Order: sequence, then C-alpha cells, then structure tokens
Amino acid sequence: MKRALPAVLVNGALLACAVGSLFPLFWMLSVSLMPAGQASHLPPPILPRGATLAHYRQLFELAGMGRSLLNSALLAALCTLLSLCFNVSAGYAFAKLRFRGRERVFTALLGALVIPGQVAMIPLFLLLNALGLVDTYAGVLMPSLAGVFGIFLVRQYALTLPDELLEAGRIDGASELRLFVSVVLPALRPILVTLGLFSFLGSWNDFLWPLIILERDELRTLPLALASLSREHKQDLELMMAGSVVTVLPALIVFLSLQRHYMQGLLAGSIKG
Amino acid sequence: MVAQLLPEFEASHPGLRVHVQQIPFLSAHEKFLTAAVAQRTPDLAQLGNTWIPEFATIGALEPLDEELAATPSLAPDDFFSGSWSANEFAGHTYGVPWYVDTRLLFFRTDLLHEAGFAEPPRTWDEWLAMLRAIQQQGRPGPGGDPRAALFLRLDEPELLLALGLQQAPLLRDGDRYGNFRSAGFVQALEYYSSLAQVGLLEAQGASQVANLWDDFARGAFVFYIGGPWQLGELGLRLPEQLRDSWNTAQLPGRDGPGASLALGASLVMFKGSPRRREAWQLIQYLSRPDVQRRFYELTGDLPPRRSSWEGSDLAAQRGAAAYRAQLEQMYSLPAVPEWERIKGAVITLEERAARGVITPRAAAVELDRRTDRILEKRRWILERAATRTERNPAGSSRAVGALP
Amino acid sequence: MSSTRAGWFFVAPALLAIAVFFLLPVLGGFGLSLTDFDLYTIADWHNLRFVGLRNYARLLETPLFWRALANTAFFVVAGVPASIAVSLATALLLHSRLTRWAKAFRTALFAPVVTTLVAVAVIWMYLLHTRYGLINYGLSLIGVPRIDWLGSPRWSMPAIALFAVWKNFGYNMVIFLAALQAIPGDLYEAARIDGASSAQQLRFITLPSLAPTLLLVSLMTVAGYFQLFAEPYVMTQGGPLQSTTSVLYLMYEEGFQSWNLGSASAVAFVLFFLLLLITRLQLALARRWSAA
Repeated sequence: MKRALPAVLVNGALLACAVGSLFPLFWMLSVSLMPAGQASHLPPPILPRGATLAHYRQLFELAGMGRSLLNSALLAALCTLLSLCFNVSAGYAFAKLRFRGRERVFTALLGALVIPGQVAMIPLFLLLNALGLVDTYAGVLMPSLAGVFGIFLVRQYALTLPDELLEAGRIDGASELRLFVSVVLPALRPILVTLGLFSFLGSWNDFLWPLIILERDELRTLPLALASLSREHKQDLELMMAGSVVTVLPALIVFLSLQRHYMQGLLAGSIKG
Repeated sequence: MVAQLLPEFEASHPGLRVHVQQIPFLSAHEKFLTAAVAQRTPDLAQLGNTWIPEFATIGALEPLDEELAATPSLAPDDFFSGSWSANEFAGHTYGVPWYVDTRLLFFRTDLLHEAGFAEPPRTWDEWLAMLRAIQQQGRPGPGGDPRAALFLRLDEPELLLALGLQQAPLLRDGDRYGNFRSAGFVQALEYYSSLAQVGLLEAQGASQVANLWDDFARGAFVFYIGGPWQLGELGLRLPEQLRDSWNTAQLPGRDGPGASLALGASLVMFKGSPRRREAWQLIQYLSRPDVQRRFYELTGDLPPRRSSWEGSDLAAQRGAAAYRAQLEQMYSLPAVPEWERIKGAVITLEERAARGVITPRAAAVELDRRTDRILEKRRWILERAATRTERNPAGSSRAVGALP
Repeated sequence: MSSTRAGWFFVAPALLAIAVFFLLPVLGGFGLSLTDFDLYTIADWHNLRFVGLRNYARLLETPLFWRALANTAFFVVAGVPASIAVSLATALLLHSRLTRWAKAFRTALFAPVVTTLVAVAVIWMYLLHTRYGLINYGLSLIGVPRIDWLGSPRWSMPAIALFAVWKNFGYNMVIFLAALQAIPGDLYEAARIDGASSAQQLRFITLPSLAPTLLLVSLMTVAGYFQLFAEPYVMTQGGPLQSTTSVLYLMYEEGFQSWNLGSASAVAFVLFFLLLLITRLQLALARRWSAA
C-alpha cells in the first residue's frame, strides 16, 4: 500500500493537470451544443440539456463561417506550400552546400530571430499597400514566405544526412539540382512533414497580421471572424463557443494525426546547434 | 435593416443593385481608415460624424456641396442645426445626417416621485439638489445596497462634453489649442465631479456586459444618461408593470434645459467611386421623409429630419418628446482629425477628477497640455498653408454649432 | 554547376523573401520612427517631418506608455515563473518511472498550445464571467466571493496571465521533457547507490543538468510574453481603465487606430531594444550563476 501511494500521487497529479488542460476545450464543445441562453444560469451547467446544432447552422448560414473556414484552409495550405518551396532548399544549402559566406549569413539570420515580427508590420503594410496587395490573399502570405525558423529546422535535420550519399551522387555526375530532387528531398521527408505542419498551424492560428492586412468579410480567416463575432454577439455564449469549435477543431485534428512530427520539430528547433 | 428598404429603391432605379456589408461598430473606425488608406472603400457608407474630419483630411470623402445645391428637397434647414454642422469640415459638407444620436436624462418616474419630486430637473442646481436628496434618503436598492441617484459611466465623456459645450467651446483659436482651462469648462468639470460623488460609478469598457436595463428595472439607480436607441430597447426589455414608469428629459443647462451633443452617423460618399451619381440617388432615397418613417417602423430609430417627424405620432412615443426637444439644442464636437485622441485624453482626466484623484482645475490644465500637444502638427500645417496664400488652408475652422 | 553557385542559387529565394518582407520593413520601421508620419502624411506626403528621436522622447513622457510597460512587465513577472514552474513540474511528473499512459498525458497537456488563441481566449472570457463563469462558481463553492475578473483593473491582468499560463505551459513542458530524457541514467544510479533521496537527486542532478535548458526556456518565454497582444485585443480591448494595455497593444492602437505610424513604430522599436536588453541581462545572470 505504501509503495503504491507515490504512483497514485504522481498519476493523480497528472490526471488533475490533464483535466485542467482539457476542460476548457471540453466545455467549449459542450456549450456549443446547448440551446441558446442555457449557459447563462447559476449554477453554470456543464452538460447540455437538449443538445442542438442550431448554433452551427446559424454560423454557417447567417454568419458566413463557411467562407471563413475556406479562407483559413486555403491560406494555410498555400502557406505550407510556399514555406516548403522557399525554406527547404535554403535549409539544405546551409547544411550541406559549401559556399563563401555561408556561416556568416546563417549567423546573421539567427540574429534576426531576436527581432520581434511586429516591428516590421507597419512598414510592411505600407509596402504592400504601395504594391496594391492590401486585402488580398497574397498580402497575407507575403511575410511568411520565408522564415528563419523554417530554414533553421531544415538545416538541423539536413546536417544529419550522410555526406557520402551526396558525394556518391556528385561523383556519378549528377547536378546539384538533380541531387536535391532525387536524393535529398526523399531523405528530408520527415522534416518536410514537420515544417509543413508548423507552417499550416502557424497560418491557421495567425491573428495580428491578417487583422491588419485583410479588410473584406469575404476574405476573413476564422480567427478574424471569431474576433468580430465576439464583439457583436457578446451575449450569445453558445454561438461563440460553436465558433470556437469550428476554429479549433481542424487544427487539433491535424495536430493529433501528426503529433510525432510536431514534437520532433519542436525539439530540433529548441536545441540550438 | 437598411437592406429591407432597398428592394423598393432597386425597383425604382432599374439596373442598380445595392450590396450592403455590415461592420461591427467597435471595429468600424479601424476598418474604414484602413480601407481609406488602401483606397479600397465602398461607394457609400454610414460613417460616425465625429470621424468625418479624419476622413476628409486624408481626402477619402467626396464633398457633397454640388449635389446638395442641385437637390432642393435636401434642404439643410430641414435637418437639426447641430447635426448638420457636424458634417461640415473646411468649408464643405461631407455627409447627410442619417442617424442622430444625442444624450438625454433617462429616469424612473415612480422612484423620482417616491423621492418627493414631481418633475425632472431643468437646471444644474436643481439636478444636483435632486441627486443629493435621493442619496440622503438612502432607500434600499436591489441586493441590499442603497439606491444610487445616478448611474454614470466614466468612460463615456458625452455628458461632460455637453456640459462643457454649454459653457464654452472646447478648442480655441481656430481649433489650434485646447480651451479646457477656460472658466466655463472648469465649471462644467467641477459640476461633473459633484455628480460623480452622488453617483454609482462604473468605468468599464466593453468586456463586462453591463446589465443596464436589468439594474434600471430593479431600481438600482434613478437617473442615467442614455441615447435614442434606448427608447425602443426599454420598451422591449422592461417588465410589463414598469412600462410607463420611466421617461426622458433634456440635459439640464445652467439656467434651464440645456444643449446636448450632436453625435450620430451620416451617409457619406467615398472618393474614387465610379458610381457617384447612383450613390447620391441612394442618399436621396434614404433621406425621403416617408422612407425615414418606414425605417423608424423597422428599427425604432427616430428620423434625422424635421419633416420626417411632422405629420406623424413619433413624438408621442414614450421618451420621444424630450428627445425631439433636445434635437433643437445640440452642439457638434470640434471638427479636427485629432478629435478621437483628444477625447481619449478627456476620458482619462475626467475620470481622475471624478474619482477625486486630482482637482478639476488640475485636470483641466493637464487636459489642455495634452490637447495642445496633440494639435501641434495641425498648427504647423496651418502655419505652412498660411504662408502659401494660394493654397486653401487644410483645416480652417467654422463656427461650431449654434452657440448662444 | 559549381557548389558555390548552387549554394547561392538554393538560398536566394528565401534570402530575397526575408530581405524584402522582413529586413527592409524593419529598417523602414526604424526610419518611420524618426518621423512624424500620421494621417496628415497619408493625405499629402509633404506633411512629413524628420523629427529625430522626438517620438521616443515623447513616448517617455506619455503616461499610457509607462502604464503599458508596467502592465507588460507585470504580465511577464507573474506569468513567466508560473509558466516555467508548471512546465517543469509536469515534465518531471511525466518523466517519472511511476507514470502510466505518459504519451496520452503528454498529448492532453500539450493540446492547448496548438489551439487558436482567439478561440480559446473567447472560451476563457466566459469561464471568467463574473456571474455565470465556472471559475467564480468554483470559487464560490469554497467560500471565496465573486471576482470581477475582466471588469476590474486589479484582476484583469492576473486573469490574462492565468490564461496565458494555461495556454503555453505545454510547449516548455515538452522541451523540459526532452532534456530530462537526455540526462544519463548512470548519474541517478550512482546517486542511488550512494543513498541519495529523491529530493537530493532532484536538487543535485536534475536541476543542474537542466540549467542550459532552463536558460533557453526562460529566454524564449520572456520574449514571447513581452509580445502580449491578442489576449487584450480579444478579451478586454486594453481595458478596463487601460489595465491590460500591453506595449504591443499600444503600438496597434497608435498605428492602426490613430494612424500615428511614426510613434507606433517608435513603440515597436522600444519593445525590441527592451527585449534585447533583457535577453542580455538574462544571459549575463546565467553566466554569473554557472560560474558560482
């Protein structure tokens, strides 16, 4: 009995923390199914009585949430694609290709990590305004085309690629490009998934930049739609929770299915080379 | 709601389709400005009239002088003078009033009678005496706390600004400097602070849902400062037995019913629209008295033109009589683009004065200091323009409202 | 293609994108902060003056700036240690040999990290509701009177800090976990043979081994917490009474509500310099500690 106690304590503590972490999300789901006004009672109910999908219907039919969902999904997909296009080749090059100034440039890039992104936002808005890209998908995507973090991630992983493999290819006469496409990319597949995942989630959850650059309702992403909804429908608790579910659920699903890769990337990114 | 008026417009103007986009009020200012900067504005919008100077300054709005001159049915005289002048900037008119918002006293008639007063107050002194008397009586309110005489939201400066404007202009010298340290404004601030002492104060932004009507119904306070949109709301939200137990009154003035603020929203046209003529047609349509009366029936929003009020029983609605009277006595706020910032300074400092943290006099002096700093660039631009006599000054002032 | 040419060819797109969409704006931002760019300038760009460091000087004289700084500092001082403590504690728990279903727990504890901030901020807005919120209800069950979390200037920032800790602790937890797993087991074996208790093992093996990770985590967390914006924007709009106006929120208001882009850029750079300073400070402190 005495020996079981520590185990009970440890697992009990973890259980309590897990409940603490998950409860708000569970509550969000539960309230979204409650009939309107049910949540504003004392004592606050935890489970719905007479569950209904009315709020979801209202969101999609009246509040245009479907459009926002589409925008979020499209933007996240495009962002992922672009991120892969721009960052992978750069990360590989910094790891495996020798060129003059490589280390200096990379160190400078790392230095840029210290600069908070918000510093650039205002002039970036003015720049994109001059280019006529305000209130467009392109305007949202431009700043995330290349990220130092993404390059860093790929480089970390690429460093572990065996040089012999690449040398063998070069001796066989393959050009760098050929080598990259047929040998390197397949070898980098795990980190590609990780980078894609980070980009997807980063774009899905992005708030401040889309807030600044987007204007029309038709282009709104889910976080923007939700923020706007929350200012107008403060009292409609159940509706707001339905909106939160729509916003959170896809990202959670994507994360859960690719968890392993996410954790891997997180750790690679944190252990500085 | 406006959308419901549109089918008839579209029917009588074949070939025109109107697309309406609703913007939540709290983000409207940012969104419009961003749109204006990026030159992606709609043809026509309903814009808060205190924002007109900002938008006119950046050249986003189309002056309506030509159209107005060609449309005798939209005579400025038919609109309430305070609200018409709120649409003027640098010698041009930029908007047609659509929604007139002003502030009035709302009060519980039964609780006022209970306190021993038959009529609402007409002067500053009467009101303060009434409030003090109610506070003295200390009758119980809901939840055990004593009933408050007045509910005051410290983050809403409209009452103070109205009291101030009753005394003196808020800015001076062609709107180049603050005029808050004038005797008139200081008196208004002192009076406001005395009100705060008998009042139930709340200085809350949007995040807590203020159950104003609930508390009003339960008798937590007798007076509060409200606007015309509440005339309809109260009718809906008060319980049956209290439907006739409230009324409105004009803001008290020094020696009799006083002036209030001319707030609200106007129909404006943005520059660069290829559909200027059509947009004007829509404005004309929406300004027709019969259309405005229909809008009232749909929304409960009272019309902005005198002729829309005439020949109807709009003034008979509970609370509307005082509102109609107040419409004849309104001042518009200073027409400078920096107004929102100045207003922010007003809120910060009046709150401190109301809570007794600093004296009204000190608050007024500090308010002037901040206002002068905010207006520094305006002064620079005006000076520069004055030395180039060919160009029109960027923001020459006009006499504000109908000061006595 | 030579290796050098290939190298540049491969990095060029990314570098170009970074240069145009990041470095250029950053430099531009610094330039903007030295001017009085505002609405008048948007109207007519002749209405632009070079004002040197005046925006910065003005900021130092603006009470709201100091308020924002104080609010942000409070958020960092309250939130970072709490967040790191919870992360470390849960990581230690997960790492324990006594734990079952570690993977499942880890996922559960990490879940809030990937949720959209706006969406969960909305959830917490209602959990923190004065009358109907579950948090106040829970408190009432143990006899604590209702707290007006988001409506009182005193409790609004603590509420936001609580929310931030809940949202973020999982991130650092995973990092700590990985670091814990990297500590060689022999060290613990040897300690056990020598008769060291669990607490002693924690103090003399675990924590020192975690020192570099602790430093990294604290650098990242402090930097992240200083950039507080979305929570005040969604939950409190900087209020009540500007008690939740953070430095970035101030920048947003100045920049996109008042369009004083010059002074807004100055705010952003002040934040940047501050972060730089604090990072340096943390590194110096860490060096001192490890030398001791």
